[in-house]
Amino acid sequence: MSYFNATMTARARQLVSLYPEPRSALVPLCHLAQEQDGWLTPEAMEEIAELVGVTPAEVRGTATFYDMLHTEPVGRYVVAVCTNIACLLDGAIELLAHAQERLGIPVGATTPDGLFTLEEAECLADCDHPPCVQVNHRFVRTTTAEAFDRLVEELAAGGHAENIPTHGTLVRVRRSGGLRVDPGQIARERAAQEGSG
Amino acid sequence: MPLTDAPRIMTARLGDPDSYTIERYLETGGYQALRKALTMTPAEVTAEVDAASLLGRGGAGFPAGRKWSMLKKDPVTYLVVNGDESEPATFKDHLLIERIPHQVLEGVIISAYALQVTRAFVYVRGEFALGLERMEQALNDAYHHGAVGADIFSSGFSLDIVVHPGAGAYICGDETALLESLEGKRGFPRIKPPYYPAVIGLYHQPTVVNNVETMANIPWIVANGGAAFAALGAGRSCGTRMFALSGHVNRPGPYEVEMVKVSFRDLIYAEELGGGIRGGRELKAFIPGGVSSPWFGPEHLDLPLGQDEVGNAGSMLGSGAITVMDDSTCMVRAAWRITKFFSRESCGQCTPCREGSGWLERVLRRIEHGDGREDDLDLLLDVSDNISPGLRWPPQQTTICVLGPSIPSSIHSGIAMFKDEFLLHVKEGRCPVG
Ligand SMILES: Cc1cc2nc3c(=O)[nH]c(=O)nc-3n(C[C@H](O)[C@H](O)[C@H](O)COP(=O)(O)O)c2cc1C
Ligand code: SF4
Ligand code: FES
Repeated sequence: MSYFNATMTARARQLVSLYPEPRSALVPLCHLAQEQDGWLTPEAMEEIAELVGVTPAEVRGTATFYDMLHTEPVGRYVVAVCTNIACLLDGAIELLAHAQERLGIPVGATTPDGLFTLEEAECLADCDHPPCVQVNHRFVRTTTAEAFDRLVEELAAGGHAENIPTHGTLVRVRRSGGLRVDPGQIARERAAQEGSG
Repeated sequence: MPLTDAPRIMTARLGDPDSYTIERYLETGGYQALRKALTMTPAEVTAEVDAASLLGRGGAGFPAGRKWSMLKKDPVTYLVVNGDESEPATFKDHLLIERIPHQVLEGVIISAYALQVTRAFVYVRGEFALGLERMEQALNDAYHHGAVGADIFSSGFSLDIVVHPGAGAYICGDETALLESLEGKRGFPRIKPPYYPAVIGLYHQPTVVNNVETMANIPWIVANGGAAFAALGAGRSCGTRMFALSGHVNRPGPYEVEMVKVSFRDLIYAEELGGGIRGGRELKAFIPGGVSSPWFGPEHLDLPLGQDEVGNAGSMLGSGAITVMDDSTCMVRAAWRITKFFSRESCGQCTPCREGSGWLERVLRRIEHGDGREDDLDLLLDVSDNISPGLRWPPQQTTICVLGPSIPSSIHSGIAMFKDEFLLHVKEGRCPVG
């Protein structure tokens, strides 16, 4: 019984093959699982553990270190409002308060219909467009309360599908091939590791 | 280039909305520097980078040429590119990754050739979904073009590159945490020594870690010669540099300027740069190099944008992020938000950083909320001193990485500059500003 569906299994195997050590694929595989299900299910963590040769607890322990990996279900759209310094200077705290009111949930919660999860983000490196908002890690450059409300309505109505895939889909561009240099190289590198370790 | 006639090394291509495509990159001379590098010996390429005196653009400012020559020869070595950009108010690598991914990649390929590395990893911050897509597409196109892969441009040199997504953790910007993260672990900075990944890096092998902007300078240096780069700027700070200008200016944005030849005043006030303070207000203070750097006041405006010039004045250019605060800004609130950031992002390995950051955040929060106590300022400085003894510059370090000693920067410089404002918050239980 496999957690990843057929397409995802092929992609998972490609990911593992890209690294000298399989464990390096752990985080990319977590992103892949989130692309399939929106969050990291226990079954996903078990299969990832098997793919990279660690225990499921190690996968969970690693995943929980990272803000973008969710071991609990989240909404279809994860809305992140940055309140760090540059955004703070331009009304971010007020926008975040508005977002909580509009969505009817506190930071960290998900709306009952499962559509939106609200997060208070640290700097998202788009500080010349404050306050900065991302939906599913896509910059929306929505800086006013009115624009925020419009965005929420449009998303709820199924808009923006082109630019904002549902939560979990991070990279829609597929690597067009595996490693090209020398297929025997990984084997040699691993042998060298074992020799030196 | 505003203010000086230095070449636009980083921004020349940005006027074109399609600058990220391989077609545009090739039309604008892309991958010609790589072709040139492949006709040189690896040692000759390294010598050019050394001659350029290119200081790393990731924050620490270590000379790239020197780092490269530290790489001890071993059967397996790696090049890792740091695209984790998350120092608050820094937004230049984000721009380079999204808008000129090929220029970054060309720098990576040339550097890999100079280092004779056959495997490179480009670690891109997970929150940059579009950046990751652009970088992955650029890599596919570069493979197709023959610029990456086996026998690059029939030179006999071969290289594979992997684009690796982060997953949200500021601390992974520290190069040793980044390597842990790339190995599929929690991003815990490694205990030093060894001080440099060039000794023990990825999978315990010698590894060079360089910043995205550092890499994006390499093609120009190879095309024009290290001496041409070194002729720009002054002292140890050569070339141009990207500065991310944010806060209360008329024109926040990323600006490329010649190092040292331009001052903070120019950057903030020049019409073609920041355009001055918004709404005719006055400058109150500015953060010169990301939130890890101590604050500056109007008296520092004429300092040139040079690494040593700013370092000697008691702060740092750091990640190249300048945040301007006008006279409507509550300094307690600013210091509190920055400290909250550190307390959220501390990885928790070291007690002074883990406990100290949370404590400082709580004290600042209560001052900001009007519940401050009389001795809270002393308490803030005392806890800060525990994290970074002496509160000197450059800071003393008692922790595994420099996130710890960065925490007090805004607090002790903020209190030094705005003690009355902090005190008024405590005494009157309200903000005197707004
Ligand atoms: C807490 C912390 C965060 C850092 N964040 C970044 C970052 O986001 N990007 C970066 O290039 N360097 C960052 N650095 C610096 C790196 O450790 C390293 O010096 C740099 O990537 C080396 O590249 P360079 O020599 O080309 O600058 C950070 C350092 C620390 C201690
Ligand atoms: S100083 Fe802070 S962030 Fe750095 S290793 Fe120690 S606890 Fe982690
Ligand atoms: S401070 Fe909000 S995006 Fe940088």
